[in-house]
Amino acid sequence: MAKKVLVFAEARDNELRNVSFEAIGAGKEIAAGGEVIAAIAGENVSSLTDQLFHYGADRVIKVENEKLKNYTSDGYGQAFLQIVKSIDPDAILMPHTSMGKDLAPRLASKLDAGLISDATGIELDGEGVVFTRPIYSGKAFEKKKIKEGIIIATIRPNNIAALESDESRSGEVFEESVEIKDLRTIVKEVVRKSTSGVDLSEAKVIVAGGRGVKSEEGFEPLQELADLLGAAVGASRGACDADYCDYSLQIGQTGKVVTPDLYIACGISGAIQHLAGMSNSKVIVAINKDPEASIFSVADYGIVGDLFEVVPLLTQEFKKVLQTS
Amino acid sequence: MNIYVIMKRTFDTEEKIVIENGKISEEGVEFIINPYDEYAIEEAIQLRDDHGGEVTVVSIGDEEVEKELRTALAMGADKAVLINNEDLDESDQYTTTALLAAYFEDKEYDIILGGNVSNDNSTGQIGPRLAEKLGIAYVTTITKLDIDGTTATMERDVEGDMEVVEAQLPLLVTAQQGLNEPRYPSLPGIMKAKKKPLEEIDYDDLDVDEDEIEAKTETIEVYLPPKKEAGKVLEGEIGDQVEELVKLLRQEAKVI
Repeated sequence: MAKKVLVFAEARDNELRNVSFEAIGAGKEIAAGGEVIAAIAGENVSSLTDQLFHYGADRVIKVENEKLKNYTSDGYGQAFLQIVKSIDPDAILMPHTSMGKDLAPRLASKLDAGLISDATGIELDGEGVVFTRPIYSGKAFEKKKIKEGIIIATIRPNNIAALESDESRSGEVFEESVEIKDLRTIVKEVVRKSTSGVDLSEAKVIVAGGRGVKSEEGFEPLQELADLLGAAVGASRGACDADYCDYSLQIGQTGKVVTPDLYIACGISGAIQHLAGMSNSKVIVAINKDPEASIFSVADYGIVGDLFEVVPLLTQEFKKVLQTS
Repeated sequence: MNIYVIMKRTFDTEEKIVIENGKISEEGVEFIINPYDEYAIEEAIQLRDDHGGEVTVVSIGDEEVEKELRTALAMGADKAVLINNEDLDESDQYTTTALLAAYFEDKEYDIILGGNVSNDNSTGQIGPRLAEKLGIAYVTTITKLDIDGTTATMERDVEGDMEVVEAQLPLLVTAQQGLNEPRYPSLPGIMKAKKKPLEEIDYDDLDVDEDEIEAKTETIEVYLPPKKEAGKVLEGEIGDQVEELVKLLRQEAKVI
């Protein structure tokens, strides 16, 4: 049966995040011929609405308010709840990002609804929608559904395909005006720490370092390779615990769980807790001095060698072939 | 200050997952305090040491959870509460929140701390869900917390960037890695913990209606990911290996 699906899109630095398009793609599947409504909120989002149609939205709702400049759960919570009430959807999807993780549980709680967090797959089962999600950081998976009532889910970046962008698609943009009051949390300052601007959870390519990088400076060759490939830099717990890098880079069961197209593990031994966070990457390259390192057991391609020799060579080789192609 | 911590008992992060009869086997598994909740407990103890008051750690589960609650007491928490849900057939984040909300209904609290996710289900739902039910503000994934009077100033991790956020108590916060270095329980701490109060409440002694706490979601299947076959370890001169690797990534794997 056709469903009405509301997708909360998300922008960062005034650009829609790719996972917003993936959520619209997921919405299309769940809608099964019904309507997909994309909503976008912020201080100034008018320039973003066209793209939401290109990626498949049938209708777009925008909410502009100066109090939505920075994300706060109160501000966005009020705006989104008002949209939910005016649309009365059968399903709500949000990206499983900082914002989605913070806000979706609040919405679900407010609506006394179930919530499937961090979905990596969707299947239709008669009237129901079955979601796949990782548990134990990807050591296992579960299939889950909402028993009854409104379906709410957050979508993990990089797992569900977005539709091809079709620039001939357009539609009507509805403006919802919201009054935002009583913000109980105030964002005083936002400090940019992410070095190359590529977010780990959404990165298509990740170059990660472990204890083998030996120092903070040891990350430099990894950063160079990452910059060349438009990749994000990540780290193992070992590297973080040794203070070679910030904890925000940590990948593993404690830390971030990532599923890029390409994961290049440099000087990472492959403790179970790290493997849990990255072993579902599509292609894994391991570079390690120790041929017995367990990272090789999950790697598609391995080079036994010193990362300080291999990584710069790899950067050079990529430079060469990417220039000529 | 009335300080509460919500805590979950989870598998040790080094555990492998074994599925038996369609369920995840707990046989022989080492359990720990969920690592993110450990940061919350440590922060709660530091808050109490700086501002005075009492730290109460609350958990939901069966009697086995007493072990982790005793560990929290040994770290320095003052009281522990176990909400026993052993006789509850099924439970999800909605159910857990309903039980916690019923527990907190008649409590006075300045701050409630928890981990930002558990390392098993990793939904991160309980903190925001509970704050919503209690009608208080919340801030997730914090890496720093300062309290001055009734004003809390926090740093939070937002996908690698850092936000400075201010809010008034009462408040719920969830801990991110980097918030602090959790202490190990000391031997005197362990001795003292044996005498500290650990209250056990049966879930149906809370003011909840069985129908109203019924899970909203159901699990249909649990399975292990397909085992990855070991790949190709390249051979030869390092320079040649690198050249071959780039070729394979472009032509075979087609990821670059």
